Order: sequence, then structure tokens, then C-alpha cells
Amino acid sequence: MTRAVFAALLSHWWRNPLQLFTLMSGLALATALWSGVQAINAEARASYDAAAATLGEGRFDQITRSDGGLIDQADYIALRRSGWLVSPVVEGRINGQRVIGIDPLTAPGGLGPVTMDGGNIAAFLGGTGQLFARQETFDQLGETGAEQVVSADIAPGTVITDIGIAQRILDQDGLLTRLIVDPVQPVRQAKLDTVVPYLTLQAARSDTDVGRLTDSFHLNLTAFGFLSFAVGVFIVHGAIGLAFEQRRGVVRTMRALGVPLHRLIVLICVELLVLALIAGVIGVALGYLIAAALLPDVAATLEGLYGANVGGSIALRPVWLASALAIALGGTLIAAGGALVKLVRTPLLASGQRRASAIAGGPYNWVQPAVAGALLLLAVLLALFGSGLVAGFALLGSLLLGAALALSMILSGVLKVGSTLARGPIAQWFWADTRQQVPGLSLALMALLLAMSTNIGVSTMVSSFRLTFVGFLDQVLNAELYVYTTEDWQDRAMLDTVSNRVGSVLPIMSTGSTLAGHPAEVFSARDDPTYSENWKLIEAIPDAWGVLARGDGVMINEQLFRRTTLQLGSDLVINADVTLPVIGVYGDYGNPLGQAIVTEELFRQMFPDVRASRFGLRMSPGDVAGLRADLIAAGLPKGNLINQSGIKAFSMSVFDRTFTVTTALNILTLAVAGFAILMSLLTLAALRVPQLAPVWALGLTRRQLGWLELGRAVLLAVLTGICALPVGLALAWVLLAVVNVEAFGWRLPMFVFPGEYARLGLFALVAATCAAAWPAWRLARTPPSDLLKVFSNER
Amino acid sequence: MNARTAILAIALFWPVQSLSQGFAGLGIASDDFAQPAPQPVFNFPQDHGAHPDYRIEWWYLTANLTGPDGTPYGLQWTLFRTALAPGTASGWTSPQMWMGHAAVTTPDAHYVAERLARGGVGQAGVVADPFEAWIDDWALEGPTFDALAMRATGADFAYDMQLRATGPLVFHGDAGYSVKSGEGQASLYYSQPFFEISGTLSLPDGEVAVTGNAWLDREWSSQPLSEGQIGWDWFSLSFDSGDKLMGFQVRGDQQAPFTYASWIEADGTLTAYTSGAFTAQTLKADTVSGHDVPTGWRVQLPDKGVDVEVYALTPNAWMDVSVPYWEGPVTIEGSHTGVGYLEMTGYD
Repeated sequence: MTRAVFAALLSHWWRNPLQLFTLMSGLALATALWSGVQAINAEARASYDAAAATLGEGRFDQITRSDGGLIDQADYIALRRSGWLVSPVVEGRINGQRVIGIDPLTAPGGLGPVTMDGGNIAAFLGGTGQLFARQETFDQLGETGAEQVVSADIAPGTVITDIGIAQRILDQDGLLTRLIVDPVQPVRQAKLDTVVPYLTLQAARSDTDVGRLTDSFHLNLTAFGFLSFAVGVFIVHGAIGLAFEQRRGVVRTMRALGVPLHRLIVLICVELLVLALIAGVIGVALGYLIAAALLPDVAATLEGLYGANVGGSIALRPVWLASALAIALGGTLIAAGGALVKLVRTPLLASGQRRASAIAGGPYNWVQPAVAGALLLLAVLLALFGSGLVAGFALLGSLLLGAALALSMILSGVLKVGSTLARGPIAQWFWADTRQQVPGLSLALMALLLAMSTNIGVSTMVSSFRLTFVGFLDQVLNAELYVYTTEDWQDRAMLDTVSNRVGSVLPIMSTGSTLAGHPAEVFSARDDPTYSENWKLIEAIPDAWGVLARGDGVMINEQLFRRTTLQLGSDLVINADVTLPVIGVYGDYGNPLGQAIVTEELFRQMFPDVRASRFGLRMSPGDVAGLRADLIAAGLPKGNLINQSGIKAFSMSVFDRTFTVTTALNILTLAVAGFAILMSLLTLAALRVPQLAPVWALGLTRRQLGWLELGRAVLLAVLTGICALPVGLALAWVLLAVVNVEAFGWRLPMFVFPGEYARLGLFALVAATCAAAWPAWRLARTPPSDLLKVFSNER
Repeated sequence: MNARTAILAIALFWPVQSLSQGFAGLGIASDDFAQPAPQPVFNFPQDHGAHPDYRIEWWYLTANLTGPDGTPYGLQWTLFRTALAPGTASGWTSPQMWMGHAAVTTPDAHYVAERLARGGVGQAGVVADPFEAWIDDWALEGPTFDALAMRATGADFAYDMQLRATGPLVFHGDAGYSVKSGEGQASLYYSQPFFEISGTLSLPDGEVAVTGNAWLDREWSSQPLSEGQIGWDWFSLSFDSGDKLMGFQVRGDQQAPFTYASWIEADGTLTAYTSGAFTAQTLKADTVSGHDVPTGWRVQLPDKGVDVEVYALTPNAWMDVSVPYWEGPVTIEGSHTGVGYLEMTGYD
């Protein structure tokens, strides 16, 4: 019996291949977008883990030279012999690749190449040595004389080797870059400054470690993936609901023939399970393709924004595969849950007929408006009182979901108004029939609303960011030519060459520090009109630059300002000897760290060991090329001379790549929404014949009906688009004023781009029209006999 | 201690397990190293220093101590040397590796610390004259081998000790040539069992002034055990009569244990006993840190009328270091009484 029942159930799909296609493709798309995003996240996290495991960055305290220079190996030994459990690290670059030398015997647990075991430790420590890296890193690195061991566990662009080998190939014999501090230290040890005075201990950088920094970015991606998944589940829900509705007759007949309800439920579940698994596998494959296509851009984004290295290729991870299939199954369950409950509750002798009214909603449902109202209220409350990144995303979620749930009510209301204004029978029927269709199309329209408002919100954020960023670059990159020096003779050569030829020379000095308990940098500023003329301060006391020049105050960046309780006039401790009032706050986009600026004289007093290695040269733009040539002739390496336009172009390219991913996901979401409309219309089309037949019988041609169908779809899309605009703008505000502040530490001014919204609206309209065109065309071609059948006695 | 570091340390420092568990050779044939030969001629103070042409070597000090209130304590200070290849070099290319273990045992606790170091960079080493053995801030040093200062620190303990020798060095086996297996594997092995020791233990509950006796073992070899030998039980017993007994059995996975004993009289006269004369049988065992370890032994050397029961002062004297083993103070009852030290390997 089971087989017969199963065959009867499955026969539905054979007779309705389009529904099967809708179901499968909806599920596959949802799974694909979700799992694609997850794959990207997993890959990025694996890269961070590899970096953390090999470098110990963030996890361990570090000892470095206060002036950023190299540490004498003898001082390392002195520290060990004074009871300091520290491990040496040598770091440098060869052909752009980061070469890191470690001492596996003293490194805290977990550091070092993961593949190292007892069998090859001798090869790692001795002889010509071994380098561990990814193949692409070796391709860049070139020949060093050491054995190359390919290992995917090493962070991208990184080479791990023994400390002795690293010193040799980096030409740093007897010198160390930094020391990793073991978390467990002996009960007694000498004080650090009595052993080696020039070293400083830096606490583990937990506040700025790559994982945490990039969390917001990944949360963003995950939110996008989830949004796509929600849209996909809408599609599946529609398809399954329709299938259940259409199979009422079959189900009634089988139950009347004696098939127990529980067996029927189990078989339907099995059926859905099989379909979900197949769709899930297709989705995983698609997701892999999406991830592989997007990963290079994600990697570029993470590198540009945070300096985090992420590999460029996707590895298939079992966890990822399992979670993708689980999400496909879960999505099906969510989508089918309501329909299954309804089936259980249906009385045995209920009508087996398909009911368009059931699809159309039935009695007035108060749950949906109540939930929508509650969610929107929650959004308002979160906007007023929430704090933290999670609250920001909860605000986003409740805003979008609340708006989506409220959509059908709003559309019904608008259409009701339209119908009262309509004159003539056709117009009245059009409005009334459109309104009657809203519940059936509501899921697809919700998807469209979500996609459009997300698009509006995200594009507003990106464009606002871009405008602000361009202005910020103009402010910060005010010198026409930047010169980097590494040796004292280069300083002299530079100064000799530029004397009397430039307006001013602005040395830029900086050092790492901790300000108000946050990791930060202190910068120097020379008293020069360049700053006061170009820098726009977010908040400042009167004549802030004058006060700064006198050494009576400090300016801080927005990140530090927002992360702390510092206000204008608050005292900020710069070091043990210097405490200054905050006199200004400046925007500092794209920088994860806090920052403070003091005058050059004060900086030199506080940090006498820091040498100026960067200089901004002010001159008329026409002189840049000639001076650059002369500086090269004076022996300065070409790579150390960077003109302003070059930096700006580079910064903008980093910026634009950053948001490529966002744009791609936006377009995909919109495409899914268009697909949802198409599928909803197609599935509804068959059910609407009974409603259209009387109109046809009254004299409207099929062609006219087709055009009216198309017009209806366009009308609904336009109305949805209009609804999406305020939702999208609200979304943009949340992103700019809430999420950005929490995630990055800066708040951006919001700009509005009506032209862009109009273009988006047009695009959505085209998508809706395309989606509606085929169903309308089919309607126009419906054989009159089908329409006539409506009037026969047994439908 | 994470698993990888443990494997690394095993590979570097545990010839027993290296051989029996397949980490053998480390890519370098044992033949490249110098091999102990019978009738060794020792040259002091040079031989107190390192022998980099041999594969492994140790400076192994254990002490039985007493606090002001009579509480017994145990103390260990050990420096191991192992070579990836014979010889020395300056800088990181040196093939010499060093490992330090320090421990303090109280009647109810056992404190352990471990250090690892590369040779060639000054982090660890041994200089013969004036004598200095060190790894990080740990040291065993003095103007001569008879008058030494010793210190070590861990995460929860530290100690500072003074040592003074009251008797001569003693040479085990055949004048310092100590055979370890039926196949003839051997090491060069001498001891200073006559140290008087005093100093301060810094424990979590405070500082304790202690006095007692210490025993320093010096041993080096290139392959001390044969394949199939899985571990050893080593006893150093100081009887109240003034006589001392050093005995060990090397357990095999197939054959009967290989045993050896040195009977040391108060004046330093040493009588060596070849395999079979000395026996040790397990009387009781405890589960310590998840390992079944014998903590009570019946030790016999009939030729000297020795038939004693040896019990661990603290059964939980497990050395939870990268190469785990058991090492702790013992008490002696039976035909003779006294205190001593017990080391057991191969029970993990």
C-alpha cells in the first residue's frame, strides 16, 4: 500500500512539472546563496585561524622595541636567563611574501607549521632548513636554498620557517623582530626594564585582532545570505502550499480508501525530504560556484579594509556541506510546516476541490498584522534604546520583516482606495481582482520588497560612504608628493634636493600606543597651514589648530572618540608624563585603530627614538614630476616616492573592490525576487481560470485579459517599489548611523540619490514585467475550451 | 602541553620511546655519534661538561629534604642534552638541544616545570670549569663540582639551594662503563651521591627552609637501550646505615628485565652487580594522572642482605611534561631503613 500511496503522491509532480521546478529551483537558489556566503565566511575564518596559529598574533602578549627597531638576539637570551618565557620571532619580506622565523622549542603551544611532527623536526631545525607555505606563496617567493614544503594550513602570503633559516635568508643574523610572551610565566622574574630597557611589553591585541575586526563584515555577508534564504523559502512555501492545495482531492480520495492519516503524513514528509535533499545538493553545487566567483573580491575587501589575508580558492569543507544540506532540509520544513498542520486538521469529508479562495487567504487573518506591528514597534524601540552590533542587526531584521509582513495590508488598502475611484466595469473589476490576488502573490511581493529595500539601503550606504571617503582623501592626502625614507642618508639627500623648491616639508611620525585603554597610534603634526586649511574637524574648540601647535591639546580620531567617553576638553593620557585636553575630533575612515595627533615638538620629546620616515612635500602640482626625477637621481628608491594622485587612485580602487561583493549580492537577491514573482504568477495562473472565464464570457477578449494581467503585475510591482523606498531609506539610516558606528567606529553622513533609486525602480519594474509577461502570454493563448469548462457542471 | 610539542619533545629527548615507537634515528644514523667504550678514562673537570659527540647526556640531581617541622620533601633538577647530529656549531644551526625539568614534591603535592632550548645561542649549556649548567634562569653552578649553587623556577614554585660534596665521585658498572641490555648497549655513568644540601623552597603556601642529601647522576651515551626495551625503574636508596644502593631494571616487552646495582659504602667504595643480582617486584600500584604506576616495590640485593619495601612518599609524583614519567621521593622499610628516589619510565 505504501508504494501505491507514494506513487499517487508523486504523480502530482509528474502532472505539474512546473511546480516541481519552482519548488526545486527555489530551494536550490536559497541553499546556494546561503551556502555560498557560508563557504566564503568559512574560508576567511580558516585563513584567520591559520594566521593566528602561525603567528600567535592577538593571542599572546608581545615584546617589541619601543622605537620599532630590531631586537638584539643577546637581549633575548638575557631575558630568558632572567626568567622571561619569551619566544623569538624574525619577520621580513622577500618578493612581497611575509617570511616568519620561529623557534619551535620555545614557542607557546600551538604555534608553528601544523604538519610538523617528530619525523621531520630535525629537517626543520637543521641542515638547509625547511620553508612551509602555500604553493602560490612559493611561486612568488623564488629560490632561497631551503627545502619547500607545501602546506595549506599556513596563512596566505606567509612563509614559516625556523628562526635560524629566517635570519639567514632575510639577512638578519643575530637580530629578532619581536618576542612572543608565553601566557604562563614563572613565579619570579626580573623586571623587563631592568633587563633590557629599550623593550616594551604589548598586551595581546584582543580588541583589534583580525577575527573580531572582520566579524562585522562577515555578519553583513551572513545577513545577506539569510535574506536570500528567506526569499528562497518564500518561493518554496508558495510552491508547497499550492501543491498541497491541489492535492486535496488525491488526499481525500486516499483517506476515504482507508490510508491512515499518519502514514500519509510520513510519506509526504519522506517525499519532501527526498526533494529537499536533491535540491540541497544542487544548491550546494551552485553555492560553491557563487563562493568561488565572489571569494577573490571578498579577499580583496578584507585585505583592503583590515589587512587580513584570505586565500583565493575555496576548499570543500565537510562542515560546510553538512550545514548547507541541513539548511535545505530546515527550509523545506519551515515552508511545509503550515501546510502539514492544515492537512492534519482537514476533516476527512471536506471538499476535495481546489479552492482559489484558500490560496487567496480565506477569513480575515489577524496574526500577520499583529506580528508586523509588533516587529515594527520593536524596530523603533531598538533604534531608540538599542546599543551594540547585535542590536543593530536585530533592528535591521525586525524592520525588514515587519515591513514585509505589513506589505499585503498596505497593498490591500491602496487597492481598495483605487477601486473606489475606478469608473466603469472593467476598471472596477481590474482593481477588485487585483486586490483579490494580493494574498496569493504576497510572498513574491514580500520578496520583491525585501530585495528592493535592501538594494536601496545598501546602495545609499555605499554611495554615501564613497562621497564621504573622497572628501576625506582630499583632506588627508594634502601633500603633492610623499617620500618614504629608511636610512639617514636618504633623509639628507631628500632635504638637500627639495630645499627651496617646495612650499613645506611635513614629516609624519607615528608610534603604537594605548590610549584610554584602547590600542592606538600617536601621530605628529608640524605647525603648518596645510592642516588647518584642509582638515575638517567633526568637533573642535575654537582655533583648535593654534592650540595644537602650542602643544596645549591633542586631537583624536572619530574611532577613539566614539569608543571612549572622551569629550572635547577631557584629559587624555598620552604617556606617563604627558596628559592633554582633547581639542578636536577628525574623521578617519578605513582605520581600525584609535589615533591621536600631537604637535611635532611634543612628539619628539615624548618619543625621541622614533625617526621620521615619511614626509609630505607641498608644492605646486606642476613641479611634482621634475622634483620626483631629481629625488630619484639623488638615490632615493623609486618605490619610496608616491604622488598624491597615485595614492588616491589606489585608495579608491580598494574602496570600489570592497563593495563589489555587496553589489553582486544585491543583484542576486533582486534576481531571486523576480524569479519568485514569475513562479507565483505561473502557479496562480491555472487557478485563476474560474475567475477569468466569466469575464471572458462577458465579452473581454483573451488578448485584453492578457494585457490586464500584465498591467496588474506592473501595478503591484510599482506599488511594492513605492513601499520599498521608505523601508530602504530607513535601512540605509540603520546601516550608516547604527551598524557602521558599532562595527567600524565611524558615523557617516547620509546622502540621498534619487536618480539611483529611479534606476533601481525601473530595473525592478522590468524584472516584474518580464516575470509577468510569460503568464500573461499564456493566458492570452488559453484555449476557449478551457475557459468554457469552467461553466460545465463538474469542475 | 599540546600534542604537537609533546611529539616534538619525545622525538628529541626520549630515546627509549624513540626506538620502540618508531621515531628512531631522526634521520641520522646512530653510528655517526661517538659510542661508549669499555675501560673509559675520565678526565675531570672536563668530563663534568658536555660531550656533544654523544647523542644524549644528562645532569640529574635528586634530593631528599626535611623542613624545620620534620616534613619530608623531594626535589629534582635535571638538564638533558640531546643532539640531532654530533658536534657543535654557534648560532641556531647547532644540532644540540636542551631540556630542563625541575620538581618539588611535598607529602601532598607535586610541582613540576619544564624548559626547552636550542644550543649555540646561549640559552642553555654546560661549561666544565668553573662548572656551570644552565637553561634559561635555572642553573647548577659553582667554583668546583663539589660546591654548587642550584636554582629553578616554575609557574607555582621556585627553589634556591646550596650543595657541598662530602664524599668522592663513584663510577658505576665497569669503572663508569654501564651496560644497559643483554645486547651490550651501554652508557658512561658516574655519580656524586654524597651531597649535603640546604636552601629554601618557595611554595604556594610560603617559603620553607630545608636541609638534606642530594644525589647527582652524570650519564651520556648514544644509544643506551636496545630495541624492545620499553622503560626502566631506577632506584637510588640512601640507608640510615650510611650505605647507598643504586639499582635499576630495564623492562623489555618480550624478555625478562635487565638489572644492575651499585652498592656504595660510606667511604665511596663501590661494588657492581650484573644482571640478576638485584631484583624489584611491584607491591602496589596507583592510578596517577590516568596512568597505572607502581608506587610500592620489594627491592632485593641478597648479596648485601637487602630486602626492603620501597614506597612513594607521594604517589602523585607524575612528571606531566612533554615526555611524561614518574619521579619522586621514597621511604624504605625492611632489612634497611632510609630514604631515596625512584624514577619510572614507560608507564604512559
